[in-house]
Amino acid sequence: MATPILRWCCPGRRWVFAGIGSVSRHGRGVPTGSTSSGKRGQSSVAQQPLITAQKPRKGEREWAAVVGLEIHAQIASNSKLFSGSQVDFAAPPNSLVSFFDASLPGTLPVLNRRCVEAAVMTGLALDCHINRRSLFDRKHYFYADLPAGYQITQQRLPIAVNGSLVYSVCVGKRQSQMVTKTAGVKQIQLEQDSGKSLHDSLRSQTLVDLNRAGVGLLEVVLEPDMSCGEEAAAAIRELQLILQALGTSQANMAEGQLRVDANISVHNPGEPLGVRTEVKNLNSARFLAKAIDYEIQRQINELENGGKILNETRSFDYKLGCTVPMRDKEGKQDYRFMPEPNLPPLLLYDSGSLPTGTDPQQVINIDQLREQLPELPRVTREKLVQQYGMLPEHSFALLNEVGLLEFFQNVIKETRAEPKKVTSWVLNTFLGFLKQQNLAVSESPVTPSALAELLDLLDRKAISSSAAKQVFQELWRSKGKTPAQIVAEKKLELMQDAEVLEQLCRSTLEAHPQVVTDVKKGNPRAINKLIGLVRRATLGRADPTVIKEVLERQLSS
Amino acid sequence: MLGRTLREVSEALKQGLVTPTELCQRCLSLIKKTKILNAYITVSEEVALKQAEESEKRYKKGHSLGDLDGIPVAVKDNFSTAGIETTCASNMLKGYVPPYNATVVQKLLDQGALLMGKTNLDEFAMGSGSTDGIFGPVKNPWSYSKQYREKRKQKSHGENEDSHWLITGGSSGGSAAAVSAFTCFAALGSDTGGSTRNPAAHCGVVGLKPSYGLVSRHGLIPLVNSMDVPGILTRCVDDAAIVLGILAGHDPKDSTTIQDPVKPFTLPSLTDMSKLCIGIPKEYLTPELSSEVQSLWSKAANLFESEGAKVIEVSLPHTSYSIVCYHVLCTSEVASNMARFDGLEYGHRCDTDVSTEAMYAATRREGFNDVVRGRILSGNFFLLKENYENYFVKAQKVRRLIARDFVNVFNSGVDVLLTPTTLSEAVPHTEFIREDNRTRSAQDDLFTQAVNMAGLPAVSVPMALSSQGLPIGLQFIGRAFCDQQLLTVAKWFEKQVQFPVIQLQELMDDCSSIFENEKLASASLK
Repeated sequence: MATPILRWCCPGRRWVFAGIGSVSRHGRGVPTGSTSSGKRGQSSVAQQPLITAQKPRKGEREWAAVVGLEIHAQIASNSKLFSGSQVDFAAPPNSLVSFFDASLPGTLPVLNRRCVEAAVMTGLALDCHINRRSLFDRKHYFYADLPAGYQITQQRLPIAVNGSLVYSVCVGKRQSQMVTKTAGVKQIQLEQDSGKSLHDSLRSQTLVDLNRAGVGLLEVVLEPDMSCGEEAAAAIRELQLILQALGTSQANMAEGQLRVDANISVHNPGEPLGVRTEVKNLNSARFLAKAIDYEIQRQINELENGGKILNETRSFDYKLGCTVPMRDKEGKQDYRFMPEPNLPPLLLYDSGSLPTGTDPQQVINIDQLREQLPELPRVTREKLVQQYGMLPEHSFALLNEVGLLEFFQNVIKETRAEPKKVTSWVLNTFLGFLKQQNLAVSESPVTPSALAELLDLLDRKAISSSAAKQVFQELWRSKGKTPAQIVAEKKLELMQDAEVLEQLCRSTLEAHPQVVTDVKKGNPRAINKLIGLVRRATLGRADPTVIKEVLERQLSS
Repeated sequence: MLGRTLREVSEALKQGLVTPTELCQRCLSLIKKTKILNAYITVSEEVALKQAEESEKRYKKGHSLGDLDGIPVAVKDNFSTAGIETTCASNMLKGYVPPYNATVVQKLLDQGALLMGKTNLDEFAMGSGSTDGIFGPVKNPWSYSKQYREKRKQKSHGENEDSHWLITGGSSGGSAAAVSAFTCFAALGSDTGGSTRNPAAHCGVVGLKPSYGLVSRHGLIPLVNSMDVPGILTRCVDDAAIVLGILAGHDPKDSTTIQDPVKPFTLPSLTDMSKLCIGIPKEYLTPELSSEVQSLWSKAANLFESEGAKVIEVSLPHTSYSIVCYHVLCTSEVASNMARFDGLEYGHRCDTDVSTEAMYAATRREGFNDVVRGRILSGNFFLLKENYENYFVKAQKVRRLIARDFVNVFNSGVDVLLTPTTLSEAVPHTEFIREDNRTRSAQDDLFTQAVNMAGLPAVSVPMALSSQGLPIGLQFIGRAFCDQQLLTVAKWFEKQVQFPVIQLQELMDDCSSIFENEKLASASLK
């Protein structure tokens, strides 16, 4: 996967080169400085501000950018949209190809129920109107990895329309405030994925892998309701979480399960929208934001310099960090859409319209699917805020890492510690360690139970918080030990013997008369020095507040 | 034995009067003797003999699989057959050996039928003569019949007999000729605009186009998906009903097949004719219709009336728009369906390797004949964004009007429509090729094609011989999914008209001598 040049061949895109391997394997330098693995590649987007379009200089015209998105999400399904072939990202080339996928003459499409259900569930989750009747169409173009010469899609009457995607972006100086925004969902359509072409320029060969050919896609079209890269990235992140919560797509951008095209234009507010360009094949949220912001700025610069924006398709060069026009020899394509004659209209029912006596295997009941919808990320976050008094941005952070919420909830279940304490430990200490070592939650050496036990020790003041940090570090290093064991081994427990502490304080005061004098003179910082000395003497095992109490008592006596 | 119907020979097999292997060998030898007809593209001799052997074992054990066990059948070469080359009579698919059986083929094999071979057609079933395939035209067995030869002798003396051979009609001409010349007992054709009924009429056999959705299209290499139906060619109506009974029913691999369970297609005898209402569409009385066909058509109508049926004139007002409407819809789907033939996964690939685009262009240029390329070009024109509304959408609307014409007629109480199948009897090849494929198809599909637009069942039944000694068939059109009722009426009619059996002795003798000579020639080379 290191060198091959892969082309995401969705209709109309051509010759876009994207080194997918390099994206997924090697850290991509997320702006925080922490590297991220493929698994968690998109995680830090909502938290992290991305470069926003530069404001025009004073005195110049004001510009507004308009961004719409088209998302292709691979449906999580055991088999393809119209054939029984398995779906597996990692299978050897051309090992998952049915006669239909290779479009042998005479083969016919048979619609996969699971894919339809995934589309309906996604539609419901995005507040769409679900069309009781939708149609399939053929979209024609010649390409080596499109064996039939056409893609089956839903151009005229898609399965879901008119929905909305609610997402949040960070604002404020420290990016700590969340603002809720909404992007309209124009439509969701079912369509086939294409295969993959592998161009070997050395031998001037093209190798074709049809494993992906015919895999079900959900095309989600977002209205041009966004205005910068950050908003687009946040919207995509939210959609990703929704798809993952629904289980309708794994939505992993690094593995190509979620692919985004962006339509971008700029105009002066109050004037009609400008000519738009389309930036294709954005395969990470970070590049999406970067590409959009670059393109907005490019268009502004172009127009301010008296240039014109061409209605063209561009691609993002992730190495150079800019968008470039795509090679398009034949000019505009005419896809010669036509109804797919081998598939009858797709009919969906609700409990009211369900024809009597039908085989439940043969029909899809929208109401039934609605009842089965899992909790959506937005609701989960609201609950976290309500239940635990958590800050909204913390609820976002918890949902942003795969498995982090579950980890948090398991810790909460087993500890007596305050939820705020747990939140802080999970989001700061635990997540910090994970990021530092580039691990997924599931790979963490510290179990929720261990963290819970540690927080319990802290809660009943058996250890100091600095000792707790030490215990945590030790837990991370030596798998299998309990916090109690570590505390015992390292003698980290707080001094419970008041007599010993009194003794230590007294001897400290005696040993440092100058500091005592300083305290008595009213130097407020002097007492802290004494506390530090006592703590050192206790090897950090005494609670500083208790030390302070004892010292103050002894000094005033 | 070979001259019998499927039902008769099935009975003989059951009684042990003949064994499947004997039957198979006789058909194989007849295929060789009638090679001049060019009915078969591939003769699957080994496969058939193997199947016969298996069938024989079953009969010996008393475990026959049913009516078709041990019966020689032929399949048009646009049905996918596992392990047997499937060409569509096109350079594009020459040498293509599919890895799977079409559902209808599988169903025949599951019943123990013996696959004699793959029959000739117009390239990709585009044509009405079976003259436009890469393997050359199919010759109508009636060209060599005693009936036709005697009439010809009376008229023209001294002319070269062989240059006057007749076309079979098409595009399932190979299948029609194969059944007509006794080389098999039933054959599969396909019917998109009349491709099964037209050659059936010209070759004096029964040609059934079942209701759209009754028989699976999986494995039928498509011409127009929304109109294609596997067709059945047999020597009598009962045989067609037997085969339909085996082929009909839902196929999970074809989403356009009906879900409802299918009843068996045994045909009762019509007893109470007074309950029957036959419609005669007035628009089908066109100036191009030959007087002979026209008079047989009236005669048939009179026959029904005299036997007590109600015969009424009906109107299908949008009939005249059918041809042009069909042209738009057919070529559009053709353009789309042919897109997969790019030389990559299977089929012909040119030597050009300058670029992928150049490879596509040369492959398709070399692989398709002018007719196919012409239709692809037209279809792509109609599907262009700027033309779609004006052509494709309008044609679809007209299609709906045509279909509604039939619904209206059937709602008015008509049970079955009676029409000609073709304008005239089969014409000599020399005459046929004076017009181009497109003109011919437009003319010849006149009576048959509207039925495909509406998805209705229709059957062509041979009625009588023309003054030239050539068969003329009439067409019955039924209500959608009332195939059984349609066949019941057709069977009654068949019984009344007693169509004569083709007398082919002369051909067999001629050809066998040719065959012998060939053998000698090849022997001397060794």
